[in-house]
Amino acid sequence: MTALTAPQGAHSLVQSIDWAAVAPPAIAAVAALVVLVAELFLAERHKGLLGWLSAAALGLAGLALAPLVGDDRATFCLTSGTRSCSYVADTFTLTVQLLVLGGAFVTALLSMTAVRRERLPAGEFWFLLLSSASGAALLPAARDLATLVVALEVASLPAFALVGLRRGERLSSEAALKFFLSSVAATAVMLLGVSFVYAATGSMHLSTVAEALPGVDSRLSTLAATGVALTLVGFAFKTAAAPFHFWVPDTYVGAPVPVAAYLSVIGKAAGFSGLILVTVRAFPAYAHAWGPALAVLAALTMSVGNLGALRQRTDRAHGAVRLLAWSSVGQAGYLLVPIAAAGYADEPDHAVGATLAYALMYAVVNLGAFAVVAALQPHGSDGRLDDYRGLVRTHPLAAAALAFFLLCLAGLPPGIIGLFAKVTVFQAAVDAGLGWLAVVMAFNVVIALVYYLTWTALLFRPAAPQQAAAASEQQTAAPALPRLSAPLTATVALTGALALAASGAPQLVLRFAGTALF
Amino acid sequence: MIPLDETVLQALLLAVVALPLLGAVAALLPAPPGLRGRGPDQAVLRHGVTVTGAVLALTVVLTLGFDHDRPGSMQAETNVAWIPALGVRLHFGTDGISLPLLVLTALLTFLCALYSYVRMPQGPSPKAFVALLLLLECGTLATFAVLDLMLFFLAFEMVLIPMYFLIARWGGEGRGPAAWKFVLYTLLGSVVMLLGLLVLGLNAGTFDMVRLADAHGSGLGHTTQLIAALAIGIGLAVKAPMWPLHSWLPDAHTAAPTVGSVLLAGVLLKMGTYGFVRILLPGVPEGAHTFAPYLAAFAVAGIIYGSLACLALARKGAKGDLKRLIAYSSVGHMGFVLLGIATLTHTGVNGALYANLAHGLITGLLFFLVGALKDRTGTSDLDTLAGATGGALYGRAPRLGGLLAFGAVASLGLPGLAGFWGELLALLGAYHPAAGLSRPAFMVFLVFGALGTLLTAAYLLVVVRRVCMGDPAETRPERLATVTDVRGFEFAAWTPLVVLTVVAGLWPGALLGLMDPAVQSLLPGVTR
Repeated sequence: MTALTAPQGAHSLVQSIDWAAVAPPAIAAVAALVVLVAELFLAERHKGLLGWLSAAALGLAGLALAPLVGDDRATFCLTSGTRSCSYVADTFTLTVQLLVLGGAFVTALLSMTAVRRERLPAGEFWFLLLSSASGAALLPAARDLATLVVALEVASLPAFALVGLRRGERLSSEAALKFFLSSVAATAVMLLGVSFVYAATGSMHLSTVAEALPGVDSRLSTLAATGVALTLVGFAFKTAAAPFHFWVPDTYVGAPVPVAAYLSVIGKAAGFSGLILVTVRAFPAYAHAWGPALAVLAALTMSVGNLGALRQRTDRAHGAVRLLAWSSVGQAGYLLVPIAAAGYADEPDHAVGATLAYALMYAVVNLGAFAVVAALQPHGSDGRLDDYRGLVRTHPLAAAALAFFLLCLAGLPPGIIGLFAKVTVFQAAVDAGLGWLAVVMAFNVVIALVYYLTWTALLFRPAAPQQAAAASEQQTAAPALPRLSAPLTATVALTGALALAASGAPQLVLRFAGTALF
Repeated sequence: MIPLDETVLQALLLAVVALPLLGAVAALLPAPPGLRGRGPDQAVLRHGVTVTGAVLALTVVLTLGFDHDRPGSMQAETNVAWIPALGVRLHFGTDGISLPLLVLTALLTFLCALYSYVRMPQGPSPKAFVALLLLLECGTLATFAVLDLMLFFLAFEMVLIPMYFLIARWGGEGRGPAAWKFVLYTLLGSVVMLLGLLVLGLNAGTFDMVRLADAHGSGLGHTTQLIAALAIGIGLAVKAPMWPLHSWLPDAHTAAPTVGSVLLAGVLLKMGTYGFVRILLPGVPEGAHTFAPYLAAFAVAGIIYGSLACLALARKGAKGDLKRLIAYSSVGHMGFVLLGIATLTHTGVNGALYANLAHGLITGLLFFLVGALKDRTGTSDLDTLAGATGGALYGRAPRLGGLLAFGAVASLGLPGLAGFWGELLALLGAYHPAAGLSRPAFMVFLVFGALGTLLTAAYLLVVVRRVCMGDPAETRPERLATVTDVRGFEFAAWTPLVVLTVVAGLWPGALLGLMDPAVQSLLPGVTR
């Protein structure tokens, strides 16, 4: 680089930057600024362009991953001493980045209609979405605690604003506040933990921390242990693991549907990749402590989430989103299982691959389910589950897609990918000797089947009598069925095609399970 | 019989599994010009008959091409990698145990499609009905054709959704709760079974059924075997069904449409017992050995319980439902199958497999007959049908009455008909259980099983007396006044079952010669 011309002393301090490696999050971040500025110069009727611009940027950022596949690049490395790097683009990073950027791309497609219909401020919305996505894309690459915390905050701060963006809606601002307060509390706790760890080990880099932790001065060992515990509690908060899940249902219901989809997939992915990094990369010395703790947390989270989803009545307002919110808590429990198993395994890297595979499956089908919900939720409707009754008559393809997504989430054929993703998680638990957790998970899978199947069965049930009467009246008045908008149809088709492809060739997704990721 | 290339056999077996799936998709699409028939409903029902007929023809060709000189080894094998990450392979193949079940499935589904072509059950569009029927056929055929634990699980689960909808949409009274109960029970069982399969597969290092059977449990610790056998056994026992996990069955059968009942009894229950023979006995022999006495005890309890429940239902004034009665009789018959399996001997397992097939033929026929009776009279309530003196079908609809009596005596195990051999061999196996199993205990089971055959005879004869005999001149309510005799399409659907019941009863050697070598290779080291 410029090292040749730089003075010798400065040379050792200047870190070289591999722009290609940092391109994916950087493109998203630059696009965010461009969108924010461009909005000022665009006439009201052209505001729709911003959405397409954002989607294109996210797509471009996703394509920027392609040249990085295969070689483990690292940048922002220390030029002396341990030569630890802050930014690494290995298999783990690229996979999570693909998930995040792909998920954000789908969210962008989903949001176009919502932004227009709900009159959200376009420039702000797209700026916030892109910033959050760039933070979430940076997170899996971060290999020091400071970058990790910064990335996590870049990912979540815009999300608060996104949740509260619906002007004048009480539910929306209440949701944003709830989300904000719980998340800020988590950040504070995490920062305290990180500072303790730094104090005990004298380093921020994950690899150095991992080496230093076993040999910490005995007078500092309490400090180190407290630091580790607080950091993990902070991440548990971010992943909405029980008992830190209480904000989820209200936040999802209060937010615009695409934002809820974003939080349920990208927000979770960010939290989980951070959790994987700190547990497996930074704190392996405490595996005997965080392994069992995460196992209990996983069991608790899946049980609370699934029981909460089971309790949802079909005639409650916002039932669909609320059910998906609770189910996402339950799914977070499954995602935690392999991480807990990593605490027991000889090769923790291999165990967390199951989390990655499961997260990819979950991202595709959950976004798909949210897409159908968003597509079918006309403005002003309160989105009860009963509204989905007899959907197969009015929108046969949307109904089939939703049924497929729900069966994937439930892990029942024809949702083959959902089934095998669960199998990999079971496998991780059984391999680690966590038989009891596998049994708890089995019970949870059955509980989850009940509500997923209830919803699926609802789609195919004949419409309720008064509804049918109303529908026939409507048909005489306006013969055309409500059409789905093009971006929404494209989203449903895209996620549906991905889920189908993964069901036919599960290896596409499951290859991450059991391979070295780092 | 006819020499076929191994590649052709492979293609045949894959086509047998894949064709119903493609047919199911095609059923949902609009019919192409030239195949529109007399309307969309007729076209799609005819499509169902065509596809199931083609599948039946393929299975028959497969049977003819099958090398009958070595039925003990896998034939028509396809084995390609599918999910290397999990070690799951697309492994298909058939031997003397699964081949008869494939043919039975294809036959019963074809007959059901034929029957529905004329008598479509009450409910929504035939399009979805045919698609679900074909999906169900694909799942059951795949269950018998796959040789990989994960694929087996997949196929096992695949039948649930179509069956749920068949009951919930085209069923009779109380179908909603019955369908739910069916799905939840079997799903709970399946999840437990999945855990067991994982424990087995991960500890043995392979999900391949053939390799697991060859290894015969070597390399698996005792505890592992116990856990795997228990978990897999529970999952299969729910499906079989084994007393006391049977309670979903009577409700599901009572509420299901005729073809649903036929397939449920004739094919779906066999998946459970097939799993016992194919996976549990060879894969975890020590575990199977430990649990065999318990399995036998539950099986015998099921035999006695099933027949007592039937006796109670057959009593005058009990308001017994004929469909429910046959469902309970299924619990008893599957008890014999499980008893045969629990003896862990060649004789017993052969008997179990034989009784399995016989039950499929005979109970399928009985459900057809009762469905036809309900169709004509609007009720399957035994008291209403019997009236004051008896149903008098002999007098009023002699062919229908005769067939019902035939089905009943076949079901009670009359020598010379299919039901006899299976139960005889199962009891014979219990007389000399495998080495290490308590002989006195099995002697007690044998006595109770024999008592069960007596009780079975008792209730079936009571049913025949109350439905077939009686005074034709008795005045009856309007719908019961005239009963149409057997119609042409019904003859077509039932004759194959009657013929096969007689053939299997008179010539057991044909089937046993096919099954015995396969059983011997699955249970090596057993003398009897």
